[in-house]
Amino acid sequence: MVAITSPAFKENAARALADPGLQKALGTAKGAFLQRRAQAVANLPEFERLREIGRDIKNHTLANLDFYLDAYEAKVLAAGGMVHWCSTPDDARAVVLEICRKAGAKTVTKGKSMISEELGINAHLEANGIRPVETDLGEYILQLRQEHPSHIIAPAFHLNREDWEADFRRLHTDLPADRVFAERRDILAEARTKLREKFLQADVGITGANFLIAETGSSVIVTNEGNGDLTQTLPRVHIALASIEKVVPTLEDATSLLRLLARSATGQDFSVYTTFSTGARREADLDGPEEYHVVLIDGGRSNMLGTDFQEMLRCIRCAACMNHCPVYGAVGGHAYGWVYPGPMGSVLTPSLVGIDKTGLLPNASTFCGRCESVCPVKIPLPKLMRHWREREFERHLTPTAQRSNLNLWAWFARRPNAYRWATRAAIGALGLLGRGKGAFRSLPLAGGWTEGRDLPAPEPGGTFMARYARQQRGARR
Amino acid sequence: MTKEAILGAIRRGLKRGPLPAEQQAMLAGRLATHPRHLIPARSRLPRPDQVALFIRNVEKEFGTVERVPDLAGVPAALAEYLAAQNLPSRFVMAPHPEFEGIPWADRPLLEFERRRAEATDQVSLQHGWAAVAETGTLMLPSAPGRPTTLNLLAETEVVVLRASAIVGAYEEAWDRLRAENQDARSGGFMPRNIMFVTGPSRSADIEQTLELGAHGPRRLHVILVDDDLAALPMGDAVAPPPVALPGGPAAPGD
Ligand code: SF4
Repeated sequence: MVAITSPAFKENAARALADPGLQKALGTAKGAFLQRRAQAVANLPEFERLREIGRDIKNHTLANLDFYLDAYEAKVLAAGGMVHWCSTPDDARAVVLEICRKAGAKTVTKGKSMISEELGINAHLEANGIRPVETDLGEYILQLRQEHPSHIIAPAFHLNREDWEADFRRLHTDLPADRVFAERRDILAEARTKLREKFLQADVGITGANFLIAETGSSVIVTNEGNGDLTQTLPRVHIALASIEKVVPTLEDATSLLRLLARSATGQDFSVYTTFSTGARREADLDGPEEYHVVLIDGGRSNMLGTDFQEMLRCIRCAACMNHCPVYGAVGGHAYGWVYPGPMGSVLTPSLVGIDKTGLLPNASTFCGRCESVCPVKIPLPKLMRHWREREFERHLTPTAQRSNLNLWAWFARRPNAYRWATRAAIGALGLLGRGKGAFRSLPLAGGWTEGRDLPAPEPGGTFMARYARQQRGARR
Repeated sequence: MTKEAILGAIRRGLKRGPLPAEQQAMLAGRLATHPRHLIPARSRLPRPDQVALFIRNVEKEFGTVERVPDLAGVPAALAEYLAAQNLPSRFVMAPHPEFEGIPWADRPLLEFERRRAEATDQVSLQHGWAAVAETGTLMLPSAPGRPTTLNLLAETEVVVLRASAIVGAYEEAWDRLRAENQDARSGGFMPRNIMFVTGPSRSADIEQTLELGAHGPRRLHVILVDDDLAALPMGDAVAPPPVALPGGPAAPGD
């Protein structure tokens, strides 16, 4: 499994803010996804109703998940495929290795898959003498750099064009050293040539799955590059990795969710390649894999059912929430310290790896609500982050200073008269202190708050309650 | 057994046991009837407009389309396209029965082999099974006569598509597949693979800037065979009166 650095979120974030390369990359990317999504949504008047439908399809499936997984498996078997049920990441890694060994695999090509990151498939294969090759362009350069994705649909979000050129020169040493990368296109062309060789060598191809379909036993992948299709078509064996919440009942259900996915993700109406795979090569077919395996992973999902966090299992991994998140936009994905960044990561990561190590993530939010407003399956991300904050508080994992201040606040909040008296006194004091200044650069006990912003000094006129009372009296007259 | 362990964990989470029989029957009924959800109004158009929408959407996604009156027009259209793109006149062709009736001898310079694609092929000619006007998407189910590698390995993919195979929304294509396709292995209707292709391959992984020509074809060209009289552009033929489709755009004053 990928190492967790979430406990160091604050240090990670500080480092990210001071990293000029990362800040440049974030600046370049800023706005691109937002504009494209807004345009795609504007072009589909039914989009809001489709979000409700998407939410309902996922809710219906989760409520009947046992039934649909069972139905799905029966259809995969009928089409000549295999389903491997795995409770834990360990189980899944062992199954994947076993399939690769049986196939005598030396080289394994891979399509982009977040569950594969979650399981740490690459490290496990390498440790056992099998060479995994990432074929998504972004994943490919990250593998060269020995880094992890910083974004769930654009893994190399944190890199600049200079980084690509430098890494290609450093690692593709069989090519002329003085070759010119005049355009981004030249970088792309070099990667295409390099990876073509790998596609043709591979013995096994591993992909993820955006959806599994109970009606037909199909797995669905969505890409723009075509790498996922080459990965699953050319080798003798195809392995699809999927967590249990990926299943949906019918082709119609998948179709409605696909109308939301590409628009929310990249702002395309439809991705270039949306591919449905059902079983192994048929007798008269001229191509396609001879073996088709689905590795079906629980990996902590069933624990989320029946809790506040069941809603998170609706996620279709479109990345709209992180694209619209001011915190993600400032610090990038690596600061979050595990596989899933941004608002969806702040909710999902504590569920999958434990709140003890990830308690800072649900705080990495300004609670501006943009993530929820763009989520295609209407996951109430701010509410779920708040749930984690409450749980974390109950478990006494919050730093002592914060807890005692909150306890103090809670004491006053339960006693309205005392609260009004105290705020009146505090506002009066702040007003006196801040008179003529307009704002505080720092305040005792509130260093963490004023470090990054100024607190406006209260205007004369008293507390909100006092002003409200005056205004009400005025209105009645 | 792990399957039972996982299903048990799911049921514990959902705070119930296995679903009662009548609930299971209801869900099986939902699978069997696969109800449609909302279908966007944009594709609910008279046939000529539906075909025009398909063409517009292919072009928006950086593909190209040329219309020919019948299958006999394919060799000339293909030869001219390849020449205009400075491409060789050799190609790999889908071994589809429908392509056997094409008068290839009209263009003797065209050389082809009927087989799956290999890494050295520069141009492929694929058979289009259906297409979806809603997003300009080709639907290419795998079959002995329609190998998947033809969609992937060549730098240029040319697809021959009958206008009568263009539908408005994906749901119509699914229903046609359910009605027409039989898969001997599974007893169902799904072939091993179905690719939905919308424009040529691309990547935005370098600085989130779109570049065409990632791992799949750099060019996608559709030769559209006008076999559907009702789908011809208005004015080219005596068009039938536009049919009011359910959910279609309301007429002014409606
Ligand atoms: S939480 Fe919603 S917006 Fe974020 S990735 Fe998941 S589906 Fe997309």
